[in-house]
Amino acid sequence: MKLSAAIECLLFVAGEPLTIPEIARAAGVEDSAAQAALQDLQRRLEESGSGLQVIDIAGGYQLASRPEYEEPIARLIARSASKLSRAALETAAIIAYRQPITQPEIEAVRGVASGSVLKTLQDRGLIEDVGRRQTVGRPILYSTTRDFLHYFGITDLGELPPLDDSPVDSAPDSSGMLEST
Amino acid sequence: MPLIASSALRFKLSAFEGPLDLLLHLIRENRVDIYDIPIAEITQQYLDYLASWESLDLTIAGEYIVMAATLLEIKSRMLLPKPPAVEEEYEDPRAELVERLLEYQRYQGSIETLRLWEEERSRIHFRGTLENPEDYALPLGEGEMTADHLLHALKRLLESAGIGEEPVTAVVQRRRVSLRMKMAEVLRKVRANPAGVVFETLFSEPWQRYEIVLTFLALLELLRMGRVRAQQKNPKGEIIISPVEAA
Repeated sequence: MKLSAAIECLLFVAGEPLTIPEIARAAGVEDSAAQAALQDLQRRLEESGSGLQVIDIAGGYQLASRPEYEEPIARLIARSASKLSRAALETAAIIAYRQPITQPEIEAVRGVASGSVLKTLQDRGLIEDVGRRQTVGRPILYSTTRDFLHYFGITDLGELPPLDDSPVDSAPDSSGMLEST
Repeated sequence: MPLIASSALRFKLSAFEGPLDLLLHLIRENRVDIYDIPIAEITQQYLDYLASWESLDLTIAGEYIVMAATLLEIKSRMLLPKPPAVEEEYEDPRAELVERLLEYQRYQGSIETLRLWEEERSRIHFRGTLENPEDYALPLGEGEMTADHLLHALKRLLESAGIGEEPVTAVVQRRRVSLRMKMAEVLRKVRANPAGVVFETLFSEPWQRYEIVLTFLALLELLRMGRVRAQQKNPKGEIIISPVEAA
């Protein structure tokens, strides 16, 4: 039995990100062997020109289509979920950096009522209620979920860019990290 | 005198996420120093914007109007002469607003990053959610469990109490124990055994539906509050409830 092929099967069946220890346990090998075989698989898919790839996402590894094959997939299945609004992204960003955070704290930063946008984010599983702050009114604390990482295609929150602390906004280039658009 | 032509003011309310977004827009447009905002001009432009929105939705506009009032208050305070001599105690009336604007602005760059990530990520696809996730659920990590396991445990308990077989009619008894009291009782039992107690032993005999339900609710509430922890070594094993050290 070929280990990298076994791992390919595991990733196919799982349908959600698997961590190295999960893969190793299922394959009955050490973590280091699983890691090496995973890299083997990634290379093999790459070199054989497969439409699939193994990506590092939401703290694990998952089998995914390559972006080049977006079009035929879109013709096969209709995409139902719409993109997030700017208000939702703004709120999600504040939660991602400041979690756990309460609704009044979010509203203090945004300067606008944020109840409905929080509900949208929660309905889409991107944030969750993680308890209550032990202050007056016991407001709900929100944090981002694993689905948040998955939705944005990142593996952990450390990938978020550092907060923009450049003091003056009048400089035209206030979002320097976005050249790649 | 406005710094920019009023024709540029034809924007819709929906173009902005809120008063802070609008203010940052004005500061950018006018290319002024955020630490030295020409408050009179910016306030005027801000008010012009509000006036240009023909139909103000009051639920949204309220926030803009509060900011307008704040701006006018700052403007009026700046017209007052600075108190003499006590230089170090003088605080710029704009300071708090500047702080809020800077805090708001800190997140703006990351919004674009998230938008870009969302776009890139939406171009790749995964296998859909499994049709029968129950059949395929991934094994849980050592000692982890899901709410389903607790529910199964509750069902087992209700079954062994013979509940469900009895007729629907019953005598409604006066409730003697409140949830709060039950929570205290459960917590006491759990704390008495730092190594944890077996789920079933939390329920006192004789088993009654009301008792079981109340105890289960108390347990859920304690779990939610993070006062106790539930662990299960394997899917069919015992559920151990152990106390969580107070932080």
